[in-house]
Amino acid sequence: MILFDFAKRNIRLHWLRSFLAVVGIIIGVTAIASMGMLGNSLVLSISDSLTSVGDTIVITPHIASAPGGAIGGTGSTLKITGRQVEEIRRAAGANTVVPIHAGAERITVGNEAKTAALYAMDPADVPVLLEKDSGIYLRYGSGIMVGKKLADENDLKVGETIGIGSGEERARIVGILKERGIGFDINPDYALVVADTWFTSRYGDRDYDEVIVKARNLDDIDPVKAAIDTQLNRREQVVNVLDTRKVLQTIVDAFNQISTFTTAIGGISLVVAGISILNVMLMSVTERTKEIGIIRSLGAKRGEVMRIFLSEALILGLVGSTVGGVLSLAGGYLALNVMLQSSKYLFAASTIVYVFYGIAFGIGVSLLSGIYPAWKAAMMNPIEALRFE
Amino acid sequence: MTGPVTDTYPIIRLDGVSKVYPMPAGDVRALDSLSLDIMAGEFVAIMGPSGSGKSTLLNLIGCLDVPSSGDVQVDGRSVKALTDDELTTLRRDNIGFVFQQFNLIPLLDVLENVEFPLVLKSRAHATRERCREVLAAVGLAPELHTHKPSELSGGQQQRAAIARALVNDPGILLCDEPTGNLDTKTGDTIMALLTGLNREGKTVLVVTHDPRIAAHAGRTILMVDGRVA
Repeated sequence: MILFDFAKRNIRLHWLRSFLAVVGIIIGVTAIASMGMLGNSLVLSISDSLTSVGDTIVITPHIASAPGGAIGGTGSTLKITGRQVEEIRRAAGANTVVPIHAGAERITVGNEAKTAALYAMDPADVPVLLEKDSGIYLRYGSGIMVGKKLADENDLKVGETIGIGSGEERARIVGILKERGIGFDINPDYALVVADTWFTSRYGDRDYDEVIVKARNLDDIDPVKAAIDTQLNRREQVVNVLDTRKVLQTIVDAFNQISTFTTAIGGISLVVAGISILNVMLMSVTERTKEIGIIRSLGAKRGEVMRIFLSEALILGLVGSTVGGVLSLAGGYLALNVMLQSSKYLFAASTIVYVFYGIAFGIGVSLLSGIYPAWKAAMMNPIEALRFE
Repeated sequence: MTGPVTDTYPIIRLDGVSKVYPMPAGDVRALDSLSLDIMAGEFVAIMGPSGSGKSTLLNLIGCLDVPSSGDVQVDGRSVKALTDDELTTLRRDNIGFVFQQFNLIPLLDVLENVEFPLVLKSRAHATRERCREVLAAVGLAPELHTHKPSELSGGQQQRAAIARALVNDPGILLCDEPTGNLDTKTGDTIMALLTGLNREGKTVLVVTHDPRIAAHAGRTILMVDGRVA
């Protein structure tokens, strides 16, 4: 099409300012796409490292119910009693209830003494909450399982023994847990997991530090939560009931907002690029007034004149956006390596789609910026345009 | 020196045409109830002092403008009721413009300049043959076809411009001081070219100050103050 060809030639004729306008679009598209990619990767990486798949309810003692304002949470003086656990079981119905003792204990590896978190639960419940990396799951007896990071950092293997407590009682490692990331319920990566019988035989019969309910079905979460609340918190709040799905959602929402914000900053640079295209095109229209008069006298309709200038904007937009899209892959790779030390989320579909968003926005902004100059060219009076020197 | 004007019809008809330009200091009446017939195949020179309405007349006939009152008919079609697109199409298919400054598009080479109106009309690219044909008819050597207008002499540029005006085979050629930027000798060859085209049947209108140019025409219309004197 000669009209498109015509636009192409004009860009080539004014290559420097066309190039500068294209650079603007490139920067804008790169910014918007890599920011979007970074934000999305952050969300993905957060969702990945937050272990809970959202089917967990965590019940902890309510801090404010402690007289004297003791510090709550795991290992605190606030406990959930066995009777309360029974109430929770009734409220949970068919869903698995895992009461947990939590604490910290001195451990001895070789000659080195360290401190590790300690979780005690019914061995039958361990596979419900945790996955093993090697060895076997906990059994009733004296064996222990070790969190992945604790095991890696101290070079612990299945079959070895470590000392626990000030008495340095030997305990045999029967299994190593899979790495789990940050959780809302328990954080076993740097911890020992022991059988509750082992725990009570050593520390006496105790109340629980937290209770975890694993829902079989996501639809159960809300009714179970409500039932626990009415059972235990009837008169005053004695426990906190945390729905990990909600927490997860809140965190993901927060990161999405951050991601939107950074992408919007990228968007500003694209707007600036659009203005520079507008400027270049307006200059082009003014300079070519005479030419517009000529082609109108030759029989070019208003729509055709408009198309010539829109083609020009489209070419600038296409070139800038394509280059920007390619560069945003590099930019995204760089940003991810700096921010997350990993680029594994770069080629996730929900990340890569930002490249296409960026390109689409770039082309859209260019066309939008071309509309006014093109309209101005099309509406020119051909007689006055012909007289223009 | 004009072709036979027998057995013909008015290809251009102006009927009580006025053109008024509203100006801050009061309206300017560029054309004043002008009526005029130009027959198909005529060679007409339009003369007159500056501001007499020659250019306005040419713009109206060329469908670049519409009258304030009265009617202009080009090839039997009244411009009064036409939309801008329809006027443009009428201009594209029926009228060829030749300007004093040649007005070739500097971005395009000679062949592409000639091709431009043809592509506007036919939307096809398989039009090069027609362009070469027309360029040959105006006497522009093939080795010049790929040159940019700025690389040509004035006479060569005007030949290219005439080729461009002819490429859609319009009935009417409107020439505004076609020799104004040329030396006398080159101007004569251009006038000879226009005369030849007139003999082949084109209706040629030339606006000029120069009586020598007007002498080529079969009829001279003298304009004064927006009227035919």
